[in-house]
Amino acid sequence: MVVRELELDLDAFEGPFDLLLTLLLKEELEPADVDMAAIVVAFVERLAEREELDLEACGEFLVLIAALLELKARALFPDEEAELAELEPEEAAEELARRLAEYRRMKEAATWLAERLAGERDRFFRVGPAPLAPQPERKLAAQDPEQLAATLRLLAEPPAQVSLAHMAIRFPPVAQFLERFRAVLRRRRVFDFDAEVGSLSRIDQAVAFLALLELRKAGEISLDQAAPFSPIRVSRPHDERGSEWIARSA
Amino acid sequence: MDRPLRLITANPVDQLARTVEALLVVASAPLSVDELAEAADDDPERVELALGLLSDRFREGRSGIVLEHVAGGYAFRASREAAVACGRLFERPVERGLSQAALETLSIVAYLGPCSRPEIARIRGVAADSAVAGLLERGLISEAGRDDGPGGAVRYRTTPLFERVFGLESAAALPRLDDLGESAAEIRERLHSVAVGKTA
Repeated sequence: MVVRELELDLDAFEGPFDLLLTLLLKEELEPADVDMAAIVVAFVERLAEREELDLEACGEFLVLIAALLELKARALFPDEEAELAELEPEEAAEELARRLAEYRRMKEAATWLAERLAGERDRFFRVGPAPLAPQPERKLAAQDPEQLAATLRLLAEPPAQVSLAHMAIRFPPVAQFLERFRAVLRRRRVFDFDAEVGSLSRIDQAVAFLALLELRKAGEISLDQAAPFSPIRVSRPHDERGSEWIARSA
Repeated sequence: MDRPLRLITANPVDQLARTVEALLVVASAPLSVDELAEAADDDPERVELALGLLSDRFREGRSGIVLEHVAGGYAFRASREAAVACGRLFERPVERGLSQAALETLSIVAYLGPCSRPEIARIRGVAADSAVAGLLERGLISEAGRDDGPGGAVRYRTTPLFERVFGLESAAALPRLDDLGESAAEIRERLHSVAVGKTA
């Protein structure tokens, strides 16, 4: 039986024992969240299933669980570690007994509550949300009627006319650039699109580009561009050399 | 029969008792004498008289509704003889599936509260996060400030609903902590006897 492969199903963890150890050592799991008693129960159950006493496994388990318990105890009492170390054995035993007694009393109190609850099971009563508390009256600061009137007068004034001037963008006709490019190509076999439209406004450049696409669609020109954003070279159709995909993608 | 007719005077707090009765019917949580007196616009002493009248009228064996002194106030509940019928129609979700861990946590908060999660974990030896969250959700405990100092942990205390669910007149109705469990001396003696047994 390999202790490290013991499968655990705890509230805080589900998986093999060695993974739990790894997580605890890497501090990815809080020792305080791990129910040590449940690990012991899981181990004892597994041991009982085998019907033979595996002393080696028991020994290994004892060493591991003792280390885990120490880890957990230290995590639970970080500040008191030094304080406890300074205690004499007699005082430490007294302290341990005091704490055990404290827990025992709380355990007894829990039992008392459980019994009380069982005895009160036949008490039915209305449980509802707390009634709405009356809303406190909102106190306003002293107001000046003149100031109110002035504010209202301000609101009553018609708003200023909003200027739409910036929206009046005029697009030049595409045909204008069709003619222009055709004329250029009559004079020159090839020209650079960027150089040709560089001096124009952005709107004109956009329309010029549309004209370029129109001409390409009609097969009047060939387009060539070495790489995205590099200059576009415009030429007469028969000058196009194996760069159809670039033009098509444009 | 020539005796003159005499006017039968009503109990002087009868009308007040009716008002208190109405207030208790509307309330979803126990109301204290002071709250009742303020709402009824009457003296607390007279309200207590009225409550005495109502306690007699609404008691087990006489009425299906019972007036009880619970959680520091007064509230109506169903009579115990109607519990089976009530159980068929309603459940008590607050206590359904209350685990041992939750009960221990609840005890610690009830006796030592207001107290924080680290304090609860120190006594129980396991983290109390899920138990505290469950009790908060059920309304049995509520937040009650923080520990002193920056980043102090949230403290918790039990609610009136806790007292009501457990049928306690107040937190003082819990048994004395000294009467519960073994004393430190007894445990120490037991530890000692185990240690001696081992070495022997």
